[in-house]
Amino acid sequence: MEMIASSAPATHAMPRLALGPPLYYWPRATMFAFYEAMADTALDIVYLGETVCSRRHELRLADWLAIARSLRNAGKEVVLSTQVLLESGGDVSTMHKVTGNGDFIVEANDMGAVRQLAGHVPFIAGPHLNIFNADTLRLFAQWGATRWVMPLEMNRDDLATLQAERPASLATEVFAFGRLPLAFSARCFTARHLDLPKDDCRFSCLAHPDGLLMKTREGEDFLVLNGIQTQSSRVYNLLADMPDLTRLRVDVLRLSPQSSNMAGIIDLFDVARHEATGAGRALADACALQVAPACNGYWHGRPGLDHVVQTL
Amino acid sequence: MSCRATVTARLDPKATRATLEPFELVCPAGSLPALKAAVDNGADCVYVGLRDATNARNFAGLNFDDAAMATGIAYAHARHRKVFMALNTYPQATNPALWRRALDHAAASGVDAVILADPGLMRYAATQHPNLRLHLSVQGSATNHDAINFYHEQFGIRRAVLPRVLSMEQVEYVVTRTPVEIEVFGFGSLCVMVEGRCALSSYVTGESPNTHGVCSPAKAVRWQETPRGLEARLNGVLIDRFGSNEQAGYPTLCKGRFDVAEDRNYYAIEEPTSLNTLELLPKLMEIGVRAVKIEGRQRSQAYVAEVTRVWREAIDQSHLKGHRYIAKAPWMVSLEQFAEGRQHTLGAYHRPWK
Repeated sequence: MEMIASSAPATHAMPRLALGPPLYYWPRATMFAFYEAMADTALDIVYLGETVCSRRHELRLADWLAIARSLRNAGKEVVLSTQVLLESGGDVSTMHKVTGNGDFIVEANDMGAVRQLAGHVPFIAGPHLNIFNADTLRLFAQWGATRWVMPLEMNRDDLATLQAERPASLATEVFAFGRLPLAFSARCFTARHLDLPKDDCRFSCLAHPDGLLMKTREGEDFLVLNGIQTQSSRVYNLLADMPDLTRLRVDVLRLSPQSSNMAGIIDLFDVARHEATGAGRALADACALQVAPACNGYWHGRPGLDHVVQTL
Repeated sequence: MSCRATVTARLDPKATRATLEPFELVCPAGSLPALKAAVDNGADCVYVGLRDATNARNFAGLNFDDAAMATGIAYAHARHRKVFMALNTYPQATNPALWRRALDHAAASGVDAVILADPGLMRYAATQHPNLRLHLSVQGSATNHDAINFYHEQFGIRRAVLPRVLSMEQVEYVVTRTPVEIEVFGFGSLCVMVEGRCALSSYVTGESPNTHGVCSPAKAVRWQETPRGLEARLNGVLIDRFGSNEQAGYPTLCKGRFDVAEDRNYYAIEEPTSLNTLELLPKLMEIGVRAVKIEGRQRSQAYVAEVTRVWREAIDQSHLKGHRYIAKAPWMVSLEQFAEGRQHTLGAYHRPWK
């Protein structure tokens, strides 16, 4: 059984819990109710904003800011996330409004957003910026990043190398729960499924609160279509890897929203971060609450869809 | 031909608009014979990679060793053409020295530019080799002027290759807002995902363009004859199944057939198809795009020769005829034979994508 090194101060041992930005398109009332429920959880940090598709406008920036203020009043650290793929002039303008909001810290999800923030205000470097090595990590610290999110594809050994070399000012966040946002496209695959052009998509993502499942021709769940984003069908889950995460002094764990049982998932991570040794049992409990079977291959340096069971 | 730049001409950083410079045809070469075929058929520039994970076409038996690189550069330079070296994967945490060495090597070998995606490697290049011309790779995922200008301000990049996701208006929007030269893809296999933002391959196989310079790597592919047809699997996952009357294509995982809800057996993400923007060439030149890139370092010498020949002729015709240019039928027929699935698309330039 792996124990937390007794010499490690307790303040380093327990990661904070973050709720990642919402990746799906939910009706306005659903979204408001979801975040109202999140205010009562053990979350330390909440990321807000539309990161996937500019056609999704059940909530406008003013709505996100209203949710942000109410979550801040509930004691959460709130971050506004920028859209990952910017194509039109309108997309760039929206990004400028987020980076220039003047109140909440921003997660930059493309280098255009980094340009708006670098040297002006502290920011968070999002998971799609491809920070794979220490040279690049140091650059982001110089530009003013106070936290970076490890690329989804990175494994724990590479992270260990970067943790040893990271600037002191930089906290590390790891995507630890949820369907993996694996790819982004100019095309909308949900609209394509309905034979609709993207600019007349009829907001069909609203019908799929956890994305639209794509199976192989032998009926195996494979990927999930989420508008212009493609996700894993499996739910990435590092609950059982909590001893690793603690040992590597990961500062923040990102839990990506799903449409049901999110508070229960947060509870399990909260328990596990307090007593990492019970993580194996917690994973079994989480599997009953998540929308699909678990995977954790990337963390172990394997194909992402693999599920590696640690013998503790 | 009127549109050849000399190798030694370095751009004046103040001379920023593309109109001052000729429009360039940038062609792929995965081997020395392919490089020569590109040069002989009218490429202005040839892009190449080394035999390792430092570039996004890290395929067995492909790419250049030291001797081939030296010969290729000499061959191109003798004919006043340029050679670009792609070092466009992301240096991995435990072995960044591999990428730094490759960059030092590129600078010493006399290439005309290096094509990079990683900011850390750009900083290294700008510091250690200040005279080396830097191009931002498509793997850098820069789709907007803010992103491109940031790389320009930080590292002095001179050119950016746009991901294959923007419409013509969007390309023009970028071109008019940056001093950086813009290069776009004109022909070849189509990534439907934003380059540099796709981990589908590593999700299934453990290796991706970002980390290993490969997509749907051949070593993970298994072909199997079954009573239901010829099955193509990637690390065990069924990507496609071909009937006896169908031509079996390589199982690139985003171009397989899948089931979504009641829709069975369709190309849920993208058909096996190639990008071909030959008919848009005058418009691309008119809006100030500086260069057009042909995909396919993994393709044959014959592919490089023929695709280069057709595009050279088209560019020259476009210069001569301006608005009276039309993409000639024989050009399209000739390119058709090299297209994936023998199909073409205008990709993000046509409406269903918008």
